[in-house]
Amino acid sequence: MQLRCKSLTFFLMAALVLVVVGLVVTGCAPKANVIKVATVTPLSGSQAAVGESIKLGAQIAVEEQKDAFTKLGFALQLDPQDDQADPKVGVDVAQKLIADKEVLGVDGHYNSGVAIPASEVYKTDNLTEVSPANTNPKVTDRKYLDVNRICARDDEQGPFGADYAFNTLKAKNIYIVDDKTTYGAGVAQQFEARAKADGATILGHDGITAGETDFSAVLDKAGSAKPDLLYFGGMFPEGSLLLKQMRDKGINATFMGADGMDDPQMAKIAGNDVIGAYYTTAAGDINSTPEGKAWADKYTKEFNQQPGAYAVYGYDSMNVLLDGIKKAIADNGGKAPSRLQVSQAVRATKDFQGISSKVTFDDKGDNLYAMLFMKEYKTADYPPAVIQSGTAGQYLQK
Amino acid sequence: MEQLLHILPQSLLDGLTLGFVYAMVALGYTMIYGVMELINFAHSEVFMVGAFAGTEMLLFLQSRGYLGTMPAPVALIVALMAGILMSGTLGVLIERIAYRPIRYAPRLVPFISAIGVSFFLQDAVRLIEGLWKNAFYLTAPSLFTSVITITPGLRVPAKSLIVILAALIMMLALNIFVTRSKWGKAIRAVAQDKETASLMSINVNSVIALTFFVGGGMGGAAGTLFATQYSLIDPYIGFILGIKAFTAAVLGGIGSIPGAMVGGLLLGILESTGIVILGFATHGAIGIEYKDVLAFVILIIILIFKPGGILGEEVREKV
Repeated sequence: MQLRCKSLTFFLMAALVLVVVGLVVTGCAPKANVIKVATVTPLSGSQAAVGESIKLGAQIAVEEQKDAFTKLGFALQLDPQDDQADPKVGVDVAQKLIADKEVLGVDGHYNSGVAIPASEVYKTDNLTEVSPANTNPKVTDRKYLDVNRICARDDEQGPFGADYAFNTLKAKNIYIVDDKTTYGAGVAQQFEARAKADGATILGHDGITAGETDFSAVLDKAGSAKPDLLYFGGMFPEGSLLLKQMRDKGINATFMGADGMDDPQMAKIAGNDVIGAYYTTAAGDINSTPEGKAWADKYTKEFNQQPGAYAVYGYDSMNVLLDGIKKAIADNGGKAPSRLQVSQAVRATKDFQGISSKVTFDDKGDNLYAMLFMKEYKTADYPPAVIQSGTAGQYLQK
Repeated sequence: MEQLLHILPQSLLDGLTLGFVYAMVALGYTMIYGVMELINFAHSEVFMVGAFAGTEMLLFLQSRGYLGTMPAPVALIVALMAGILMSGTLGVLIERIAYRPIRYAPRLVPFISAIGVSFFLQDAVRLIEGLWKNAFYLTAPSLFTSVITITPGLRVPAKSLIVILAALIMMLALNIFVTRSKWGKAIRAVAQDKETASLMSINVNSVIALTFFVGGGMGGAAGTLFATQYSLIDPYIGFILGIKAFTAAVLGGIGSIPGAMVGGLLLGILESTGIVILGFATHGAIGIEYKDVLAFVILIIILIFKPGGILGEEVREKV
C-alpha cells in the first residue's frame, strides 16, 4: 500500500515535470519574427504610480511603431515588467528577460538602486537598456556598452540646486536632510559639496528613514539651527510631509528638493505649504512646447489621466530604443539583429529628436542634451513653474 | 546647552503625541496576545485599513459639504466611528478566516497566516483605492489647524492635543470595559484558561471574536487619529508603525494593557527626545538618523534586566 502510494506520487510528479518542461520549451521556442521590448518599472508598491506612467508612455511609443515594424517583417510586442522598486526583484526580472531571446531592449528602470544590480545581469548578454529616470552617477560611470540614460545625473542636479540656492536665493545658512538611500544621500552629498564650495555654511546634515511619517525629531533640531534654506534629498512622500511639518512648527526656511519631489502628490500632501517650495528635476514642463502639449493630450485621452513627470521620458526612451533596433535591423540586412548589434546601434544614437529633449549618447551612455530644471510652486498646483533651466553637462565637475 | 533646553519641551511634546499613537496600536497586539498567545502581525494592516476608512469618511463629508458646517470634533467622532467599525469588523473577519481554522496548529502556523493576511490587505487596499481614486495615497482634510504658541520654542498644534486627548479617553474606556464589565470579565477569564472558561459556560469563540473586535477597533481609531495628525496615508504605513507598536507592547510587557500604554509612551519619547539629547552630548557626531538605533539599544537594555517587560511581571492578570 505504502509502496503503491509512493509510486503513484512519483508517477504524478514525473508527469507534472514533463508537462511543465513541455510548456517551457514550446513557450521559449524562438519565432523568428517577434521582437519584444520590455519596460521594467515599479508597478506595485508605493512607487507604482510613476512606474505605471512610464510604462504607459512606452506603450504609446510601441503602438505608434508597430506598423513600421510589421513592414520590416517583425511583430513588435511590449513586455511590461514589475521590479517593485526592489533590487532583488529587479535582478530576478533581469534574469527572466535575459532568458527570453526575443527581448531586444529594456526601457527602465525607474530607481537607480534597482538599475545598477539589474544592469550587471543585462551586461552578461549585452541586452541594451535605456533609462528614463536613473539619475545616479554610477549607472553610467561603469561605462557598460548596454547602459544608457536620457535624463540628467545627480552629480549635475545637486550642484545645479546649490548654485541656485546660493547665487539666486542668497541662502547662506543651509540645513540638509536626506533619506539615506543611494539616490537621496547621493544627491544631498553633491549638493553639500557644491554649496560649501560656493561659500555657504552647512548647519547640519541629518538622515531620516523612508516610510516614516513623523519627522519632529529632525525638525526640532534643524529649526533650532535657524537655517535660510532646508535641502531635502529623497522622495516626495517623506519630503512633502517634512515640508508640511516644518511649516507646522513655524520654521520659515526655504524648502528645496530634488527630482524625487516631482510628483502631483506633493501639492496634495503639503497643501498650501507647498507655495514657495523649490525643486530641481530632470523632467521639464511637458506643456512648454507644442509637441509636448499634443503628446500630453494624447496620453490624457488614451489613459484618462494626466501623464506623470516621467511618462514622456518613458516614451522617449522607448523610441530611442526602437530607433536603435530599426537601425540594427537595417545593418543586419533586414534580419533580426543580435543583442550586441542593438546595443551598438543604440549607443550610436545621435541627434535623435525626442519630445522631452534631443538625445545624443556620449561614450558612457549619458545624454549630452539632458536638461535640468528648477521649479517653484507659485500656487499649490502641480506642475509648478519652471523658473530656470540649463544643460546638465555644464554642472559636471566644474 | 541653552539650545538643548530650547528644543527639549517641543521634543517631549512630539514624542508624547507619537507615543500615544504607538500605545493605541500596541493595545491591539497585547490584547490579542493575552487571549490567544498569538502575535497578530496583521494588526499593522488593521491599523492601516482604519486609517483609510476614517479618511474616506472625512473625504465623504467634505465632498458633501458637511465638513465645513459641522463642528470639527463631531467630524472627528464620525470619522473615528468609521475607522473603529471597519477595523473592528476586519479584526473579527481575520480571526474567523485566517486564525480559527488553525487555532490548535503549531505556533508558527498562525504566524505565517498573519504575514499572508498582511500582504493581502496591503495590496487589496492598494487595488481598491487605485481603481476607485486612481491613486493610493490619500490626504486627509485638516480638522484642527490652530496652533497654541506658548513660547517661541514651544508650539502646541491643536491636532496633537486632540490625538493625546482622544487616545487617553479611549484607553480609559478600554480599561473600564476590561476591568468592570461582564464581557471584560469573560475576556480575562478566557485569557487565563480557555478550557476552564468554557466549563463556566463562557462561549470562548465569541469572546475571542470580541477581543479581535475591540483590539482591531483600537487600531482603527489609532489609524484615524494618525491620518488627521500626519495627513498622508498609503497602504504601507502600517509596516514601520506596526513594528514600533509591537516593540512597545513587548517593552511594556506583552499581554498587559497598562504595559502597552507605558511601552508606547516610553518608545515615543525615547525616539524623539533621546536622540536630541544624545546628539548634543556628542556635539552632533550622532545624528538624528540613529534615533531607532538608540531607542532599540535602550529597549534591549531594559529587556535584559526585565525580560517580562516593564509591567509584565507585576501584573499577573493577562488580557
